[in-house]
Amino acid sequence: MGKWTRRGLIASGVVAGGALVVGVAIRPGHREPKLAPLVAGDGETLLHTWVKISADNRVTAIVPHSDMGQGAPSALAQMLADELDARWEDVSVLEAPAEDGFANYALAKGFLTGGMSIPRVLVPTVDGALMRISDVMHLQITGGSLSVRTTGVYGMRVAGAAARGLLLDAAAAAWQVPVAELNAAEGRIRHAASGRNEPYASFAAAAGERAPSATPALKAPSQFTLMGRDLPRLDVPAKVDGSARYGIDADVPGMKTAAIRRAPVFGATVQSVDAAVAEAMPGVIRVVALDDAVAVVADGYWQAKQALDRVNVTWSATAADRLDSDAVFAQFARDMDQAVTDGREHEDLARGDARRALASAARVVEASYRVPYLAHACMEPMSATADVRDGACTLWTGTQNPLGFRYSVADALGLDADRVSVHNAPMGGGFGRRSDPDYAIQAARLSQAVGTPVKLIWSREEDIRQDHYRPAVLSRFKAGLDAAGNVIAWENQFVDKHEPAEAPYIPYAIEHQLVHFADSPTHVPFGPWRSVDHSQHGFFTESFADEVAHAAGRDPFEFRRDLLADAPRHRRVLELGAERADWYLTRPAGSGRGIALQESFGTIVAQVVDVTVAGGKVKVDRVVCVVDPGFAVSPDGVVAQMESGIVYGLTAALYGEVTIKDGAVAQSNFHDYPLLRMDETPVIDTHIVQSEAPWGGAGEPGTPGIAPALANAIFDATGERIRELPVSRYEFDAARTG
Amino acid sequence: MLTLNVNDRAVQVDVDPATPLLWVIREQLALTGTKFGCGIAQCGACTVHLNGAPIRSCVTPVSAAAGQRVTTIEGLAEAAADGVRLHPVQQAWIDEQVPQCGYCQSGQIMSAVALLRDDPAPDDAAIDRAMRGNLCRCGTYPRIRRAIHRAAQMVQHHEPEQQHG
Repeated sequence: MGKWTRRGLIASGVVAGGALVVGVAIRPGHREPKLAPLVAGDGETLLHTWVKISADNRVTAIVPHSDMGQGAPSALAQMLADELDARWEDVSVLEAPAEDGFANYALAKGFLTGGMSIPRVLVPTVDGALMRISDVMHLQITGGSLSVRTTGVYGMRVAGAAARGLLLDAAAAAWQVPVAELNAAEGRIRHAASGRNEPYASFAAAAGERAPSATPALKAPSQFTLMGRDLPRLDVPAKVDGSARYGIDADVPGMKTAAIRRAPVFGATVQSVDAAVAEAMPGVIRVVALDDAVAVVADGYWQAKQALDRVNVTWSATAADRLDSDAVFAQFARDMDQAVTDGREHEDLARGDARRALASAARVVEASYRVPYLAHACMEPMSATADVRDGACTLWTGTQNPLGFRYSVADALGLDADRVSVHNAPMGGGFGRRSDPDYAIQAARLSQAVGTPVKLIWSREEDIRQDHYRPAVLSRFKAGLDAAGNVIAWENQFVDKHEPAEAPYIPYAIEHQLVHFADSPTHVPFGPWRSVDHSQHGFFTESFADEVAHAAGRDPFEFRRDLLADAPRHRRVLELGAERADWYLTRPAGSGRGIALQESFGTIVAQVVDVTVAGGKVKVDRVVCVVDPGFAVSPDGVVAQMESGIVYGLTAALYGEVTIKDGAVAQSNFHDYPLLRMDETPVIDTHIVQSEAPWGGAGEPGTPGIAPALANAIFDATGERIRELPVSRYEFDAARTG
Repeated sequence: MLTLNVNDRAVQVDVDPATPLLWVIREQLALTGTKFGCGIAQCGACTVHLNGAPIRSCVTPVSAAAGQRVTTIEGLAEAAADGVRLHPVQQAWIDEQVPQCGYCQSGQIMSAVALLRDDPAPDDAAIDRAMRGNLCRCGTYPRIRRAIHRAAQMVQHHEPEQQHG
């Protein structure tokens, strides 16, 4: 993982009304390689977290993360309140763009200062760092399971501890007593000897005049009062009474509604449009042709959608017009073969000499795996509302990437970025999809074209067919066994590498390892999909490890365990998984049990799946999940994210398949891109290991291990090795499996 | 003009009678708690009650609801002396911390309320049957199951008669 550099870390000051403001600047390692140079400069610091303690003793933090259901805002509030020793009820966390915070420099100042001029101490930091942020796309991204382990650990905890230290110092000075005699708790400072007892707010102004510690002491886990406890999530009440307002619920005066159809073949453009029938339909304002899409703007969505269905479009021809999924996989195989000989190969990881070890091995196990393209299928279809007027654009939408959206929309409209503001809303699912600004750009261009605010709502069909997809990948393996059955070599070659870099690597102590890949670009747009490269490589490496175990005549759990002597955290998680799942308990005919282990985003997860294969059908009975996130700030939140990642991963493993036919996506809605339903959901039994290792993420690590654990269980039940997903491609022998 | 009764309020709307009830609820009545998910009755995000029975409002023409009683997520809670009293299913959803992104939950809750009205103590198989039409991409199904069992106990012990449903 990226190394953290902290410099010029903490700034503080006092603002209007005597409020204390503490800002923490952090410089993250970056998961998007093309953007890494933008944040790699030595002098760069980025103001990331602001905390304000107001005169009424309330604590407000603005953070650069959005709510897409993962519970991050609540966990962040928990971390801040704990280090600050504030009362839980007094703390609120605002997502920056909801206050136009990080997305709008001028309004950020407004939020922090209550409209007053900014104090001298903060000017360099605010002007420098906030403006700097505006130059760096994607900093605000919510993804990579990052919220708690970066903003939380490096922002909220530090800001809370720094503010607490400033307040204690100010109180000690005011009362003329040593700071060691003071006690801070529940948002108040007490001096036992004198009986003095005042709220934090009493010292806010004085604290703001002091210089904060560059390295405030953080609590040890034994001192935590709120972290590690299950507190009710702050966002839940509004999600049970219909009052939560998502991007699709935006209501802007004078707003019209649009439906859109983009070129079905990626890269095609509009050649001609016959809109005569549509334009005469009731409620229709205008039919608008964009470069690669046609939209109908109408009074309401239904009118827009009905009219769009009557618009005839001729799309330009492209080189991909006859392409289908089989041709894509054939291209992968060809490019992988050629890359080895023509020098276009990328070496990813090399330990020892795997090729030589394979040549001398007593036995070589070989297998080829593949996964299809996958759509994200967020429950809320892509939607954005834009108001473009007077050389400015206001945007209301749900996005994982508000700053990136701001810049992309500004680029598309030919505006300066400071003329675009983004109001972010809770997302009806993100999973990586809402980091791409295509839908926001469309809404902005439609508003620009018709001169009124426009709410654009994608149909589900558009959502499935115009996604940025988890890539289809081909992955080939060779493993070498010596005469005694020990595995001595591991070679893996695949197509295309994204993030995180370590996704294809295995934790097992195999002496000779070679991981290499070939580029094989297609016309299908790539997007990060929950756990990104881990979602496919987890399936590949943990399925093949299972194959090697069976080839060596070993129990798949024991085979893994014995290769983890140098990885005690992994070994403990794996062993606990086997123990909690009663690994050795005999299973009835037609049922099977599979195990998989995967580290991702700093968190280690072992999963054991029990399946029954009956009448040719696979039923997932139970998933045992053991997770070591280092420390679980919100244990129930971690459990919820494991359940979520498992259901998401099971959907992909059992059913998920986007196929390309004649250059376009063949699937369109939930009847042909099915999701797991209530009656197919297994019992999920999650156990948390609090190892106190550096804190890992929770939103993604539940996903990568579930497909291989399932596939390994199916092998156990049927003898059929699943080397292609989804499982629904396979027909199981009903007679054999009962 | 069509007359609708939504959440015990009579409202008149001037729309094409073929317009799906979903869009009338969301756009004409500004009740945005009912969600658009698929448009073809595959996901259940748009579930509302028509005379107490769950329907998919994305495929129900508004004309079919004229003169009938429509209940949306906003109509489940009751006014009480100390504010608003949530429906037991809503309270159980909070107690079990069910929602993640929350987008599908209005539809999930409407389906669960209808289930419990017909079957006050559903077993897991009954829950599967009643709830399999409601998709959740965040995978909150295990918690939905627990929340329904919890709500069933709350209704049996404390709320013998549920007038909404």
